[in-house]
Parts: sequence; C-alpha cells; structure tokens
Amino acid sequence: MRLRALGFVVVVAAVAAFPAAFGVYPVKLLQEILIWGVFAMSLDFLMGYGGMVSFGHSAFFGIGAYVAAFALQGSPGALAGLAAPALAAAAAALVIGFFSIRVSGVYFIMLTLAFSQMFFAYAFQAAWLGAEDGIVGVPRVVVLGLDTAQPTAFHLYLVGLVTLAALVLWRAVRSPFGHVLRGIHENEARMEAVGYPVSRYKLLAFVVAGTVAGVAGALYTQFNGSISPDAFFWTTSGEALLMVIIGGTGTLGGAMLGSAAFILLQSLVSSYTERWMLILGATFILFVLFAPGGLVGALRGRVGLHA
Amino acid sequence: MSPLLAVERLTKSFAALKALNGVSLAVEPRERRALIGPNGAGKTTLFNLITGHLAPNGGRVLLEGEPLTGLAPHAVARRGISRSFQRTSLFPRLDVGENLRLAAAADGRGSWNLFGSVARLAAPRARARAVAEQVGLAERLAEPAGRLSYGEQRQLELGVALATAPRLLLLDEPTAGMSPEETQHMTRLLAALPREITLLIIEHDMDVVFSLADRITVLHYGEVLSEGAPDAVKADPRVYEVYLGTGDEG
Amino acid sequence: MPFIPDFFGQALNGLAYGVLLFLLSVGLTLIFGMLDVVNLAHGSFYMLGVYAGLTLIAATGSFWVALLLAPLAVGLVGALVERGLLRPLYRRPTLDQVLLTFGLIYLFEDLVKWIWGGRIRSIPPPALFAGSVTLGDATLPSYRLFVIAFGLVMALALWLLIEKTRLGAIIRAGVFDAEMAAGLGINTDRMFTGVFAFGAALGGLSGVIAGPIQSAYPSVGVTILIPALIVVVVGGLGSLKGSLVGSLIIGQAETFGKAWLPGVSMLMIYVVMALIVLLRPQGLFGRQLK
Repeated sequence: MRLRALGFVVVVAAVAAFPAAFGVYPVKLLQEILIWGVFAMSLDFLMGYGGMVSFGHSAFFGIGAYVAAFALQGSPGALAGLAAPALAAAAAALVIGFFSIRVSGVYFIMLTLAFSQMFFAYAFQAAWLGAEDGIVGVPRVVVLGLDTAQPTAFHLYLVGLVTLAALVLWRAVRSPFGHVLRGIHENEARMEAVGYPVSRYKLLAFVVAGTVAGVAGALYTQFNGSISPDAFFWTTSGEALLMVIIGGTGTLGGAMLGSAAFILLQSLVSSYTERWMLILGATFILFVLFAPGGLVGALRGRVGLHA
Repeated sequence: MSPLLAVERLTKSFAALKALNGVSLAVEPRERRALIGPNGAGKTTLFNLITGHLAPNGGRVLLEGEPLTGLAPHAVARRGISRSFQRTSLFPRLDVGENLRLAAAADGRGSWNLFGSVARLAAPRARARAVAEQVGLAERLAEPAGRLSYGEQRQLELGVALATAPRLLLLDEPTAGMSPEETQHMTRLLAALPREITLLIIEHDMDVVFSLADRITVLHYGEVLSEGAPDAVKADPRVYEVYLGTGDEG
Repeated sequence: MPFIPDFFGQALNGLAYGVLLFLLSVGLTLIFGMLDVVNLAHGSFYMLGVYAGLTLIAATGSFWVALLLAPLAVGLVGALVERGLLRPLYRRPTLDQVLLTFGLIYLFEDLVKWIWGGRIRSIPPPALFAGSVTLGDATLPSYRLFVIAFGLVMALALWLLIEKTRLGAIIRAGVFDAEMAAGLGINTDRMFTGVFAFGAALGGLSGVIAGPIQSAYPSVGVTILIPALIVVVVGGLGSLKGSLVGSLIIGQAETFGKAWLPGVSMLMIYVVMALIVLLRPQGLFGRQLK
C-alpha cells in the first residue's frame, strides 16, 4: 500500500512538472489525456464498480462544459468555472439517474442514450447556446488568486483537480458505499433481499459519476477555449467506454491508461498512418474478445502486481 | 401468544393459473415450521409473497401484527425476515467473508459513507466471522464464493441469510442437491441454530423435515391440505394419498 | 433536402425517408429480438451499402446491378462479423456483444475512409427515375416515388417471407425464443448467422436506395443509427409490423419536425423514445422481454 501511494505521488509530481521539460504540443496532449481520463474514470466508477453500462455519460460532460462556458463569460471565478458546472451536472444526474435506474441492461443503454441525445438535439438548435457552432472564446478561470490564463497556472490547476477527482473516486470505491456498490454489481437481487435499498445506492453512484463527468467537461471547455454540441453526442460516451475497456474495466487507473492509449493513437499514430481509427477499433475488439481485463489486466499478469 | 408470522387468506394468480388460493397459516415465535408439498404446490410462491418479491391478489401477510403486504423486499428484510434461496444466490467474485459482511452490514447506516474505511465498521466484520463459524466456513473466509464446492456454497447461502440477524428465517430447500453426508451436516447445522430465530423451511427431504420440524404445513395445488405436529401429519390419510405415499422425495 | 416546401411534398419526403428507416430497422429489430444484442454498428451496414453501391455503379454503370449485388456483399460482411466476432462471445453477457459492435463502428468507418476516401459522395439515381413527375400542381422527383413503391413491395415481400414461409417460421421462432427453437431441433448457429446476415443485407439495401437522396460520408453510420434505434424502440423488439409502423411514424415526425418545428422536434422524438423505454419497453408491437 505504502509503495503504491509513493508511486502515485511520483506520477502526480511528474505530470505536474511535465511542462518544465516538454514543449507546448506534448503538454497539450497530456492535458487532453488527463481530462478525458477523469471523464472515463467517472464512467468506470459507474460501470466497472456499479455495473451500469451507460451510453449517456456525455450528457453530464456536456452540461459541465456548457455551464462553464456560459458562466465564465460572465465572471471568471471558481464559482462559474467549477462549482456551477459540478452542481448542474449533479442535478442533471439526479434527474436522469432517477429514471434510468428503473431499467437495466440494453434498456439502460437505450434510455441513457436517449437522454444525452436530448441534450444534443437541444444544444444543436439553441441560439443562446451558439447552436451548431457552440460557444467560443471561453476565458480561463481565476481561482485562489491564480490566473489560469497563464499556462503554468492552468496546468497546475488541471493536474490538481484531476488528482482530486481521482482520489475522490478511489476513496469512494474503497469506502463502505463502494463495497455495497460492488455487491450490487455482483448480485443485485440478493442485496435487495438482505435489506439494501438498491435503487438509492445506484442513484447515488450515478450522481457521483455524473458530477465528476461534469467537472471533466468544465475543464475541457477551459482547455479548448470553446465547446460544441458534439460533446453531447452519443459517440462521446462511446469513446469514454472505449477508454475504460481498453484500460481495464473496474480498475479506475485503467481509464486513465485507456485515455492515454486513445489520445496517443489519435495524435501520434496519425502522423505515421491515417488509419488510427482502424487500429483503435481493432484493438478495442481484440480486448473485448481476448483481454477483458484491459491494459491493467495485462500488466498485472505480466508483472504480477496485486489487486 | 400472538404469532410471529401470520398469513391470512393469501391468493396469487399468474394469468389463468391460481398459484395460491386462500392460504392461511400462523407461525409462533421460536417455532420450527416445515412447509411441504409436491412441486408446483405454491411453496416458493408463498415465500415470494412473504418477502415482498411478489404482490398478492388477495389476503395479507402480518409480522407481529404489522402488515407486510406492499413493502419492497429490502424493507421486509429490514423488519427482520431473512431468506435463503433454492438456487444458490451469492456474490461469486467476492470472498466468503465479504459475502457475509455485506449481509451483516445491511441494516447499518455506515454504508452510505463515501470516504470511510470498511475496516472501521467493526460490527459487521465481527458478525461475519461469527456466522462463518456457525455455518462451518471459518477456514474459508478468503475464498471467492464462486470457487466453493456446491455443499460449501449452500452453507454460505444459509450464512448470508443468517448474517442479517433475522427473527424469522425462511429457508427454501436448504438441502437441495446435497449428498446424504452433506444433508446430515446441514441438518445438524440447522438444529444447532438458536431458538430465537424462528424457522420456516421448505423441504422435500422427509428425514430433514421430521428431525427439525415442530409443526408441518402441507400445501397442495395452492391450498393448505393439512397442518399439525409431524406424527399427526404423517398419519393423515389425505397427505399420504397425495404426497407421502409416493416414497422417497428429493 | 426538401424538394418542395408544401404539405404533400413533405409527406412524400417523409414516406421515402420512412422506407429507408424501415429497411434499416428491420434488420436491427430482428437481430435485437433474436440475439438480445443492439447492433450499434448497424448504421455501418447502411454506410457499406452506399459505398458498395457506388463502386458497383462505377464498375457496371447500372444502378440495378448495384441494387442487387451491394446488399449481398454487405450481407456477407454481416455473416463474417457474426461468425467470427460475435459467436465467440455468446457465452458471455450480451452487454459484451453490444460493446463489441461499438468497436466495429470505428473499424468500418476507417475502412471506408481508406478505400473510398473521406469526401461526401452520392449515388446518381437510375436513368429510369432521374426525372420528375407532375401530379396536379406539384412537381416531384420520380426517384422518391420509386423509393416509396419499392418500400411497399419490400414490406409485402418481407411480410410474406416472415409470415407465410417455413423459413419465416424458423425466424419467428428464433426471435421469440432462441433456446426453445434450439430445443425444437433448429440449427441455431446457422439461424443466428443467417438472420444477422439478412439484417445486414437489408441495411445495405437501405444504403443503396438512400444513395441518390441522402449524401454519404464515412461517419453517416453513427448518425443514421439513432433514428433506426428509435424506430425499433417505438415499434417493438423483433416485430416486422413494428418496424413498418414505427418507421412510418418516425419518418414523418422527423421530416415534418425539421420543416415546421426545427427547434424542438428532434428533442420531442427523443422524449418519446425515453417514455417508451420507461413505460412500455416492448414498444407498440413487440414481445415482453423475459
């Protein structure tokens, strides 16, 4: 345990210090990996631990992104850039989750997909949200005296938030709540039969996951400087799903690895060959077929690390 | 003494099939009641109605005078009724200790804690260890439930139901699929349970029934055919005709 | 896309679009009904149909040859996907299979980009229907009328196949309860492959037919999947009648929605989809899921 904590601190420190050694483009790649990684982690919390495979997670990412984009144009404080998006995503997750957890399996996929498409359809035509073009010219947040318009400040802000979100999820998974969630994933009927109000637990898990996704969306908007309705489209949820599975479902860290794999494939591989999507799709399919434990599973097998 | 469990004229139909037709029974505290009858007599349906997995078409269920009908399964469990299943229903990838701990923790408020540590919730862990002793799985606490032998899984199945510290324990064919040795072991286990836990057992194995039961209720085609002390039921010609006369069951 | 901004014209557009959705959703609903798998890559079969059609027309100069052969090619791809990728997963939870189909989207999209390039393309309508027809004071492209007629013929043909032939009875049995069908001695392996390939072929057919009306681009698969999915939800799992009725409804709803209430129409369609999943998951004509 001590060793893993040390390893985690080392990784965080390295990530934070990254801009000192590398140029603008690699730093941007890293930041994108971190943002999508935390989005994917929140989905892993929901599906890997809670057993709820959602194709509507992009709804909360998009809500966090749009609320941040909209609010930051008014005032660049932490309320606009962080609190408001997180609360909006949490509220949306509460409502969407309330309905979605009434169904499961394929129906859960279709219902969550329908919800995120609702947001897509609305944002696509809403003039006040920029319609098809979305919102551009989003300023960066000023928090605790730090103006994140300054690259180093933004990087530290990003790394700090991502680390915090990762720790929150990691803690939640190991908490009594996390254990109940895993029990529900293993055998929902028996959990109900021994006295757990299962739907209330699922709802809380949904809200936690949605809130973290909203934070990821808010970060993305500030990273990109803009946001478009594509954030809500169902394939955005699918991409997060891809990252979770490639990295290893039910591992949290795997989601970050999956994000790295996805983004590096997309950006680096595409300088050698245009066929990154083919490689990604094939890799994903191979993982589903032969390596259900994902990258983390493969690594554990090789190096013999414990769970 | 007022009954612990009272079932009053319970009726349940599935489309055209009437699974239960006005079944009434009363189980006293500390009693050990066996529920027997041919397959399809409605025994498991009765269990499902008591635990809230199914809603009745008529009649009601009372626990210590308080109605249970309409409550969700988790609420019924919280009132002190626990149940084991005929088809083993465990948490296969979790170890034996965790299977029991989850059941033991089901009543606590600690489970909503998003940041704490499971290790600090001492009571459920202690209870899990105690129940493991009770059902003979103390040596297997670290083993994933899915890797236990069938007999051990049935022991764990009982353990999970026990871990919730119930007042009333519904056992659905606890010795289903067991060898004679395993059956004897399970029977000893059940006999050793404290009398504070009232038992209602569905069983096909008559040896088990006669060694455990204080009273027997016989169900046939969704109705109570006969009820009474084991010797009385054994001697009842109607029961003999319908059920006991067919020889070995199970 | 609307050729004439009046009611009659819109209704016809809606009907034509409905035919495309019908052909696409039949496969999706049969696969869903039989395998309990939402084939998220079903839109890819549509896409492959368009591009295969493009190539066949370029090679043979005949729209009709393309109309016949492209679906067969797509059906073959479907058969390979089912046998090679999905069948190994049948003992795993169906969710794993759904996830695998999502990966296929990327695979197919990039394959198409690789072979045909990323530009927007379209298929020229056949010479026979390249012009327009005047009905009263409305001028309509005759191809759209052909599509509607073709759709009617296909609906009838499919109905005859499913309801009146022995093969159709096997398919119906499999969609209703695959385990039971196996118990009756039906070779479920071949049935699954056959139905999947059949569904893929219909999707490809939809793509070819759509070619002259809707533009084709490599990512059209993920866009066209959504209305097809809505049709399946509204119409009901495994139901041919449901696909027909559902696609007529959604086809008109989307077309008129885009023309009259461009803002909220799609939003409302999604709300309807959500309501059906929540309140009546078997849709209009589907069976109750076990």
